Amino acid sequence: MMKWVFGGLLLLSIIFGVITDHEAALTESALNSCVDAVELFLYLIGGMCMWGGLMRIAQKAGLTAKLAFLFRPLFVLLFPGLDPNSKAYGLICMNVAANVLGLGNAATPIGLNAMHELEIENRKADPRADSSIASRHMIVFIVLNTASITLIPQTAATLRLKHGALSPFDIFPAVVMTSVIALACGLAVALIFNAVERKKA
Amino acid sequence: MNIAAYTNYIVPALIAIIIVSGFVKKVDIFNEFIEGAGESLKVGIGILPALIALMTAIGMFKASGALDALTGVLSPAASLLGFPPEALPLALIRPISGSGALATFETVLSGVSPDSFAGRVASVMMGASETTFYTVAVYYGATKVTKTRHTIAACLTSDISAFIFSALSVNLLM
Repeated sequence: MMKWVFGGLLLLSIIFGVITDHEAALTESALNSCVDAVELFLYLIGGMCMWGGLMRIAQKAGLTAKLAFLFRPLFVLLFPGLDPNSKAYGLICMNVAANVLGLGNAATPIGLNAMHELEIENRKADPRADSSIASRHMIVFIVLNTASITLIPQTAATLRLKHGALSPFDIFPAVVMTSVIALACGLAVALIFNAVERKKA
Repeated sequence: MNIAAYTNYIVPALIAIIIVSGFVKKVDIFNEFIEGAGESLKVGIGILPALIALMTAIGMFKASGALDALTGVLSPAASLLGFPPEALPLALIRPISGSGALATFETVLSGVSPDSFAGRVASVMMGASETTFYTVAVYYGATKVTKTRHTIAACLTSDISAFIFSALSVNLLM
């Protein structure tokens, strides 16, 4: 997929730029954008490391586990039929907690483990289940992961500061509202489809 | 007191909570910080090549005038939804590529002020959505699943709602 985005953007730019007489700007940007990329990297890496360090302390102090514990009763609604004492259920709670704290590094391996456990749960529920078909719990879990519920919208705030925003974190309430609603819409679609398909089966 | 003034407490409060719980649980907070920062540094260096590739692609796309042309073509539809046309390119790339979104977000903020409507909508979108296709690929990649059923439909619903509500929430809350 990315090869088409990368190649497509470059070729379209060159064709469009040459037709509309933008060769000079094209050349300049070809030589300069990579410098901008390194500058952007330097601008962001400090904040990434700072929060990475803080969140590692949070994890070691058990804050991820505490947050995961808070999610336990809530997720019963999202994963009907999944045993709350199963390994999969625990991993799902930990994965979401790590995501909320912005611990992407820690969240992904936990999430992959959760997917593996969901495969096992799926076979437990129905020994003849086809393992090439996504189970209903997997779909809900992936929606949870593609929606972004973050405590600190760090990257956005850092770049806002770079470009002279007066109060870079003032987007916080809007970010929370937007991500919660977006997640709710995604979950609603997943759960409705799940319910309809189960009725058919 | 307005909302913006409250948000200035979030970061200091979070740092205080983390440090205090670190002390309470007897975590070696300095060394753990260094360890975590080091991990993030590795991740950051890992994405730098992709960032260079996509900054170049998007930089040239803008320099050629194609980005403005695309925004112009799509802006009537965007206006109908109350969505600022300047933030549209970000909506297009957000679900596909994280580095691409970062590069596009930077390009948007170089064009409009971060405190303008478009700048704020882009910021909210950046904070409130994820690289959907990448996540789906990585998670199903760990299993034998090839038939993803309604996964993409549900995830894209979530993305599209994020775009629409980023504009609505900025209007409502800011």
